[in-house]
Amino acid sequence: MIRLFLAGLAIALSGMVASAQESALQPVLQEHRDLIAKSSRMTISPAIDAIATSGAPQAQEMLEQWAEKNIWMRKSDGLFFIGEKVDAKTYALSDIDTGRMIAEVAKSEIKQLKPNSGVRAMIHTALVQFQLSDPNPSKRQDALTSIARDPEASLLAPLRRSIDGEVDKDLRAQKKRLERLLTIGYDEDTNARVAAIEEMSGDLGVDVRATLNPLLATTRDVAIGDVPQDRNIARTLTPGTDELSVRDAYALLVSKDLAPPLTTRDDMRAALAANIDGGRVGSVPVAQLSTDEARTRAYAALAADGTVSALVTDADVQRAVASHVFFETYIDPSAEVTTAAANALKTIGAKVGVNQALDLTLDALSLASIYFLAAIGLAITFGVMGVINMAHGEFIMMGAYTGYVVQQVIPDHTVSILVAIPLAFAVTFAAGVAMERLVIRWLYSRPLETLLATFGISIALQQLAKNIFGTQARPLTSPGWLDGAWVINDVVSISYIRIAIFILAFVFLAIFLFIMKRTRLGLETRAVTQNPRMAASMGINPGRVNMLTFGLGSGIAGVAGVAIGLFAKVTSELGSDYIVQSFMTVVVGGVGNIWGTLAGAAMIGFLQKGIEWFNPSNTLAAQTYMIVFIIIFIQFRPRGIIALKGRAAGD
Amino acid sequence: MQRSFIARNPSVLIFLALLALFTLIVTVLAEGSGIGIISTSFVKTLGKTLCLCLVAVAMDLIWGFTGILSLGHFAFFGLGGYMIGMWLMYERTRLIVVDSLAQAEIPPTSSEVVDAIGNQIFGVVGSSEFPLIWAVADSLFLQLVLVVLVPGLLALVFGWLAFRSRVTGVYLSILTQAMTLALALYLFQNDSGLRGNNGLSGLQNLPGVSAPQSVVSLWFFWASACALGLGYILAAWLVSGKFGWVIRGIRDNEARVRFLGYSVELYKLVVFTLTAMIAGIAGALYYPQAGIINPAEIAPIASIYLAVWVAIGGRGRLYGAIIGAAIVSLLSTWFTGGQAPDIPLGFYTVKWVDWWLVLLGLSFVAVTLFAPKGMGGLVDLWTQRRAPNRHGADLGPDAGSLREQEAET
Repeated sequence: MIRLFLAGLAIALSGMVASAQESALQPVLQEHRDLIAKSSRMTISPAIDAIATSGAPQAQEMLEQWAEKNIWMRKSDGLFFIGEKVDAKTYALSDIDTGRMIAEVAKSEIKQLKPNSGVRAMIHTALVQFQLSDPNPSKRQDALTSIARDPEASLLAPLRRSIDGEVDKDLRAQKKRLERLLTIGYDEDTNARVAAIEEMSGDLGVDVRATLNPLLATTRDVAIGDVPQDRNIARTLTPGTDELSVRDAYALLVSKDLAPPLTTRDDMRAALAANIDGGRVGSVPVAQLSTDEARTRAYAALAADGTVSALVTDADVQRAVASHVFFETYIDPSAEVTTAAANALKTIGAKVGVNQALDLTLDALSLASIYFLAAIGLAITFGVMGVINMAHGEFIMMGAYTGYVVQQVIPDHTVSILVAIPLAFAVTFAAGVAMERLVIRWLYSRPLETLLATFGISIALQQLAKNIFGTQARPLTSPGWLDGAWVINDVVSISYIRIAIFILAFVFLAIFLFIMKRTRLGLETRAVTQNPRMAASMGINPGRVNMLTFGLGSGIAGVAGVAIGLFAKVTSELGSDYIVQSFMTVVVGGVGNIWGTLAGAAMIGFLQKGIEWFNPSNTLAAQTYMIVFIIIFIQFRPRGIIALKGRAAGD
Repeated sequence: MQRSFIARNPSVLIFLALLALFTLIVTVLAEGSGIGIISTSFVKTLGKTLCLCLVAVAMDLIWGFTGILSLGHFAFFGLGGYMIGMWLMYERTRLIVVDSLAQAEIPPTSSEVVDAIGNQIFGVVGSSEFPLIWAVADSLFLQLVLVVLVPGLLALVFGWLAFRSRVTGVYLSILTQAMTLALALYLFQNDSGLRGNNGLSGLQNLPGVSAPQSVVSLWFFWASACALGLGYILAAWLVSGKFGWVIRGIRDNEARVRFLGYSVELYKLVVFTLTAMIAGIAGALYYPQAGIINPAEIAPIASIYLAVWVAIGGRGRLYGAIIGAAIVSLLSTWFTGGQAPDIPLGFYTVKWVDWWLVLLGLSFVAVTLFAPKGMGGLVDLWTQRRAPNRHGADLGPDAGSLREQEAET
């Protein structure tokens, strides 16, 4: 029994030895010894391919070691080994095929292979096919990421092979998707590609578009006579139209060596300068060469002498262009594939358009809620009380700095935000009350001077903040659960922090409505606003009510500051960035009505995002046009979107 | 009843005499004329201050006399500067370009010169083409016309839109502020055609003039003094006649003036446009002395400072605006320039560079609250001019207005 077992073992061992010899890597390496030793990105690829396709089980190990710079070449016979450092001068060499330690040698006898980053990238690509079936799921994930980043035709086959053996559901789905994309790009069978394109059409992923778009890449070409039929023609171009100017058409001819190049002004000047002969060029005095006409004359004279090649005239250009046809061809030769890709992209484009509109709406809503948040305090002080508070922006800033200071004391972000919000309210409430008592109440009958006095306070507060906190931006970090974004698909996403601000804006709206409509303070505020004397005779203390209302508006500005500070940088200029927009929001919406403020914020937010959409690279222009639009809008509705009517309108 | 213009406005003669004396003293003491007690840079500062006084007079006309708190006049000031800056920059670059192209074997064509200038000027914003607004930059005369025309036209269009829809009071202030912000943001873009936030630079060098800066600075100083003198006379003449009564009427009770049959909108529009033009001229004199203009100069805050100067000086009187602009802007330069001595408090050293704005803001609040007449009010103590005793009734909508006194003249 034991003998039988030993015999079996012996056979198995001999088989292993035999197979190891069959697929030994060393001969393959020796075959490409010079390339490997040189390790240049330009020439190395046959060697890597040979190793990867050798079928040797140790190929993966070898490639990995190579990338890690652990492969050494023995100078005496040119054999490659895996080297391990023993000490500074000595290395232990192991055989690549068997892994057995061979010898310890001095460093001077061996030479390290040092693949540069380009070669390492190629090695990693070659390794991908091994990693796709690696037992470790995270390695498989890495391999997929690497393929997606850098797709190649050679990766399609190993990827397909690895799908069946995949046990992880998520990875399997990823592999399948990637296989479809690679099929679109690299499969040799046109029908398979068309099928894959149709399958993926309607998918919103950026990767699908990135795969389809290169299929529709075109090159411009030119032919004499008719458009060639054997090419995959995208369209024919008529010179002299928007798609192809005559100048471009001629340039194309020149680049294809079908026409002589045009003489540029610089060329002409250089040619003239090179042929000055006794103060004259082609019998024209140099001093006269300051006009194009004289230069052309001199150049023509030179051309007549045969010194320079003749000038290409406009008529020449026209003739040359007219005798050729211009067309665009797809780089991909298969018409079925390009048609299918174009159709798929059209379907995707329509879907992307819808989703982009959705995304834009979300962006606009979030911007609107920021403006609303910044303006809601003003809706109380300016809208209800009619006090222009130019320091409103500085109250927002104070709130944000309060949040920053709290975070310095309380390290936990969640707790610190929960503490900062009431504290910011308290701080700015106090500041607002102090300002109302000390300054504003003396100026109720002089609104323009309120504006100026509060502006004085605004510059003082801003400079004070600069003196205390410095000019650089201070971070106000949001709690961890507000990080990240709600990703609906590759097009539509919105960060949690913006959702939080959106919700906060609605909470504030509710609080405002509750205070104004359901509390004693709200009732008294409205009474004092409408008729202070009558209110006073009813037993209301107008001074106290004004003070509290102003404090409330300022306090809300402070809380808004905490929210704004979470996504904007906290600087002393934070408030002044928002002040004009805030006033615009209140004025556009209609003074004295919270719904107007809401409508104003929505309008400004949507308008700004809409203008940005037309010209995404330029947010400054968007703001400019928005303000111009608002100025014009006020022409037609001077009292805002929702205008108060009757006695409440005042005057 | 009709007295001469001077007799009705004694301040004009006094002011012109003081201005002439001041100009003479500065000229004699300046570096450019040999004595050199006043450095060239300080001559420039004084010249710039005179320009600021001129724009303050314009601000006083529109705010102190017509009651429109415009927060956009510094934008007009900046536009004037941009217009003259375009010519200065174009012409100076042209001279340099022509000079360098003359070294080549072949004389340049005119289009080569223009291309090279475009490259020089717009290289910083990654362009080399001249935008449309530079169409007349090669002509000094046309650019000088634009100095007046561009701010005037902008004011005309904006004012017409704003006044016809009866936007008044603080709403108008906010609207003018929005206009200023829009203009500044527009100019901040690189493709606005005015070099984005780089602005226009090298304006202190007059093209084709080889005189040293010490002399050039004096020329600009004289020009600024002349402009201020003429502007003062124009403003005084405007407010002393019937036109002045009407605009003061608009300030104090717009509806009543309208019911009397005056076209309030037209009067406002005239004052708004005229003051914008004056601001443009002041800017065109200011920025060659400053040497550089960029969009940050016309940010809304600058216009608000203008209002601060006029308020501190005393609005509703022309010399008040000048006192305010001169004193506050010179103090600003002194404090922010680091020349003011620090105050050690033991536990903390007050550095004026940091604390000047706090002081300015708070003193501004104090002036608004306690001295609505501003510094100019001190003159009343001297001339024995007091507010009429109304036995406790309101002085009118504007505490600084003194309407009864003015009506007597």
